[in-house]
Amino acid sequence: MLILTCPNCGLTAEESELAPGGEAHLKRFGPGSEDADFEGYLFQRANPKGVHFERWRHAYGCGKWFLAARCTVTLEVFGTYPAQTTEPPTEIVNKIKAKRPDWSLS
Amino acid sequence: MSTRLGTGGRLIDRTHKLNFSFNGKRLKGFAGDTLAAALMAENQMLVGRSFKYHRPRGIVAAGAEEPNALMNMGRGAKFEPNQRATTTELCEGLTAASQNHWPSLEYDIGALNQYAARVLPAGFYYKTFIHPRPFWKHVFEPIIRQSAGLGQAPKDRDSDRYEHFHADVDVLIIGGGVAGLQSAVIAGRAGARVLLLEQTAHWGGRAPVDGVEVDGQAADIWINNTVQALEAMPNVRLRARCMGAGVYDHGSVLAYERLTDHAPQTDAPRHRLWKIRAHQIITATGAIERPLSFAGNDIPGVMLAAAIRDYVVNYAVSPGDRTVIVTNNDDAYRTAIALHHAGLMVPCIVDARPTATGALPEQARALGIPVKTGTAIAKVKGGKRVTGVALCQQAGEGSVTEEIACDAVGMSGGWSPVVHLWSHCGGKLNWEDQGQFFRPDPARAPISHDGNAFVSAVGSADGHMLTQAVFDSAAAIGTEIATRLGRKVATEPVNVTGPQEQPLVPVWVMPQGAPVEARSKMWLDFQNDVKVSDVQLAAREGYESVEHTKRYTTLGMATDQGKLSNINGLAILANELNARIPEVGTTTFRPPYTPISMGAIAGEARGDIFQPLRRTPLHDWHEDHGAHWEPVGHWRRPYCFPRGEETHAQAVAREIKATRTSLGLLDASTLGKIVVKGPDAGRFMDMLYTNMMSTLQPGKCRYGLMCSENGFLMDDGVVARIDEDTFLCHTTTGGADRIHAHMEDWLQCEWWDWKVFTANITEQWAQIAVVGPNARKLLQKLGGGMDLSASALPFMGWAEGKIGDFDARVFRISFSGELSFEVAVPASQGRAFWDALHAAGAEFNATPYGTEALHVMRAEKGFIMIGDETDGTVIPQDLGLGWAISKKKDDYLGKRAQERAHMIDPARWKLVGLETLDGSVLPDGCYAVAEGVNANGQRNTQGRVTSTYHSPTLSKGIAIGLVLHGPDRMGEIIEFNKVDGGVIRTRIVSPVFYDPEGEKQNV
Repeated sequence: MLILTCPNCGLTAEESELAPGGEAHLKRFGPGSEDADFEGYLFQRANPKGVHFERWRHAYGCGKWFLAARCTVTLEVFGTYPAQTTEPPTEIVNKIKAKRPDWSLS
Repeated sequence: MSTRLGTGGRLIDRTHKLNFSFNGKRLKGFAGDTLAAALMAENQMLVGRSFKYHRPRGIVAAGAEEPNALMNMGRGAKFEPNQRATTTELCEGLTAASQNHWPSLEYDIGALNQYAARVLPAGFYYKTFIHPRPFWKHVFEPIIRQSAGLGQAPKDRDSDRYEHFHADVDVLIIGGGVAGLQSAVIAGRAGARVLLLEQTAHWGGRAPVDGVEVDGQAADIWINNTVQALEAMPNVRLRARCMGAGVYDHGSVLAYERLTDHAPQTDAPRHRLWKIRAHQIITATGAIERPLSFAGNDIPGVMLAAAIRDYVVNYAVSPGDRTVIVTNNDDAYRTAIALHHAGLMVPCIVDARPTATGALPEQARALGIPVKTGTAIAKVKGGKRVTGVALCQQAGEGSVTEEIACDAVGMSGGWSPVVHLWSHCGGKLNWEDQGQFFRPDPARAPISHDGNAFVSAVGSADGHMLTQAVFDSAAAIGTEIATRLGRKVATEPVNVTGPQEQPLVPVWVMPQGAPVEARSKMWLDFQNDVKVSDVQLAAREGYESVEHTKRYTTLGMATDQGKLSNINGLAILANELNARIPEVGTTTFRPPYTPISMGAIAGEARGDIFQPLRRTPLHDWHEDHGAHWEPVGHWRRPYCFPRGEETHAQAVAREIKATRTSLGLLDASTLGKIVVKGPDAGRFMDMLYTNMMSTLQPGKCRYGLMCSENGFLMDDGVVARIDEDTFLCHTTTGGADRIHAHMEDWLQCEWWDWKVFTANITEQWAQIAVVGPNARKLLQKLGGGMDLSASALPFMGWAEGKIGDFDARVFRISFSGELSFEVAVPASQGRAFWDALHAAGAEFNATPYGTEALHVMRAEKGFIMIGDETDGTVIPQDLGLGWAISKKKDDYLGKRAQERAHMIDPARWKLVGLETLDGSVLPDGCYAVAEGVNANGQRNTQGRVTSTYHSPTLSKGIAIGLVLHGPDRMGEIIEFNKVDGGVIRTRIVSPVFYDPEGEKQNV
């Protein structure tokens, strides 16, 4: 059972307090968009063996969504950050690079 | 025979006798005994039958690794199968019965299987029962089911209580032997919050049995002093009878505490499941002795050498008068010495090694015990009990050199560290040649959230088999962990006095050249009857993966999960494959370490508190008035209110009739109520709903549809605009939390710069639908001064004011087609308001109605119900709700998805009404058949029923459903399948069966 720190309320929360929300940083495609873009937005998801950016909601806590950078293999958490961003913060990216020199933000 | 010795027994209290029964026999033991010890003391070595061949099975071990001594324990509401006699503490009145035999333990018909063993090899079931195919279901499976399974399933409801317990600690130490104790002392002195768990009732593990001295005193003294010191530390908690069951992600651990199994009279919970979050975990889980593979090693009386030592030293139980020890290491000599000191005969020690010159062998020789090196057991003699052994040369093929009469055999093939908890969460292992075992690799430990190791192994769990090394490793790891937690540590060295040991020599088959007849009598897995020959056969048949071999042969799949058989089986497989053991690898270690009770997993979550029940302010009234309940989400809603001898159908018909002709009252409090507020609320509402909500005027209501981004209809309800900045969204009863979460998701993660708040106020209001031709009269009678006339408060309007003395929001909305006012009052006023409505409504025959009447009335009006007409694949356009989809808006959630080719396909099934020609009620969910068959040979379909009821208003069956080109086929007759065959001829009609012009609701 994972533990993640909610960047909104600061609590270190048990996984049972949290609700998962899938991949983070999706760009929404609305009316008028190409079929391929819309398909990518709605259905195509990264499934990396390694660093993954993902959405979590502190459902049984403050109720806020936040984002986490986590390794899907070792379950190491590189950091959590507010959901109100379209890309991982530099600080998080640097943290990951320090630990995983071969990794890059694609 | 096995018996109780006249003196000794460090764990038993001879002044406290206990009565118990085994297979109906009344027996006696002492307080402190395990059931296994007490059975052996009463000469009951035969305790069960093996799974496949029904071979006689005796006690092999003294702890959690026991594969044979599984019991049906207790009676009635306290019955539980498959309990290990070796880990069951004896208590007064204990009732145990052996398993897997018929008609009796002594004479088991199933034992005939062993004579057919040659035709029951590994994979027998897979090979035999595949042809002819129909035989499996009708012939093979019923027979196999009859004979399969060990214990019986309990029949009565469990009368015991169970509970969960949460803990957060700096250091969790699993295992209360000397390694665990020493680690706890160091971490405890350093100030860390420590929890120390021991699965048995006793601290100290094997050290006292093995007779080592710690700091110049008997190990018992060091253990007692240490436990006392730990108990005095406020930051240290000790729990005996508490097993570390599983290690999970980020330091999460489940532990299983058996609180009152040893004292069942106590009124405390039986088991407690600990959910522990530990920053660091130390596994001090010790090691398990391995059996040796020689012919007849499964005959009752053949035991692990260390287990014999346990029974002699701890319980003063002799396994037999004459015990032969067979070993490949020095440790087993301790058993010979212990037996000798207990006054028992050890005819000889059979040591497969060419020489044995260590301190322990020399000590045994000095005591006059013959040591035969380079020797092996060719065969154990006996049936239900050992009668002797035939010896041979280990290097040879089994020619018997001599026979020795004995009634017990103590075997030791070396020790394997208990690496289960280390491995549960990804810890990797290294093979250690010297001791021939897998041990934890600290460089590949389980990783926590911070990227650092969170599990460390100490003592023999880390492969340190000598007590001094155990203490040293515990001190080193304890110090490292405390330092890792930022604490200062002071350690004092602990000095152990005990003999040095010479290395073991790997012996996987005894003798090394044993012929196949002997190998097919060498058991690896005692419970599942897997023999050396079975693993070899699997290898010859091409099984290379250890995981596949396990499943093919069932090696290690018994209830002990390979605790005894794993390494021996791997070694045989590796040998057959000409590979080294580490190349073959191990099977996966999965939690729990030993089975834990279902009761502990459930905890308190049973009966009334299995799930929290949400109650409306009127719940008690409903209960007092005989409501038949229907679960809706976490709520209970009245399905109907039967009176006297009424059936439910009669009650529903009465409720509908009363409502349609005069007055009905419905508790609608469970409807979701979500406030959306802020300067951007209108903009946000336009994205959430398919309709244009921003144009809704304050004081007005509008029915709205909500779709997922995938276009499918997910919820509906009436929206009321409270003021310029504020909307009140009604959702379905089950949808309130989900829809609120949906709103928050979009607000927080997509449109976070929009100035909008949402709040779920469902439980703040009691909401009552006052429905029927006399609805207005009733509310006016209550007074309060609100103008409820059609002109002041028209259909789809709402107003705030007083009804009588109550603070009310009155919504003129209707889900029944009748004149209807939904009145919301603060939850605290709900019950009083409901009572006032009933009191004043008596003259109008005010009738409470339930969800079924609500459903029927809405179906009579052709109103959709989320979950009936929708199933996650239906879009509003399918339901004739195009009028509720704004054409003017650029965007709303689901709009892009609804533009996809499949969504605009004219062949999508569309909503219509359905009327059977004979007036009968269509079966729920039935399909309309079409010409021809599909690719699977199934009849083609052209529609399905989504709601179907008997309409008391129209005195006939009515239904709504989705039909191919339905709205264009009004009047056409199609056929629906009946469940029991045949078809029902049905006419396609308008879905609005009642008052199509809406005259009744709009008055």
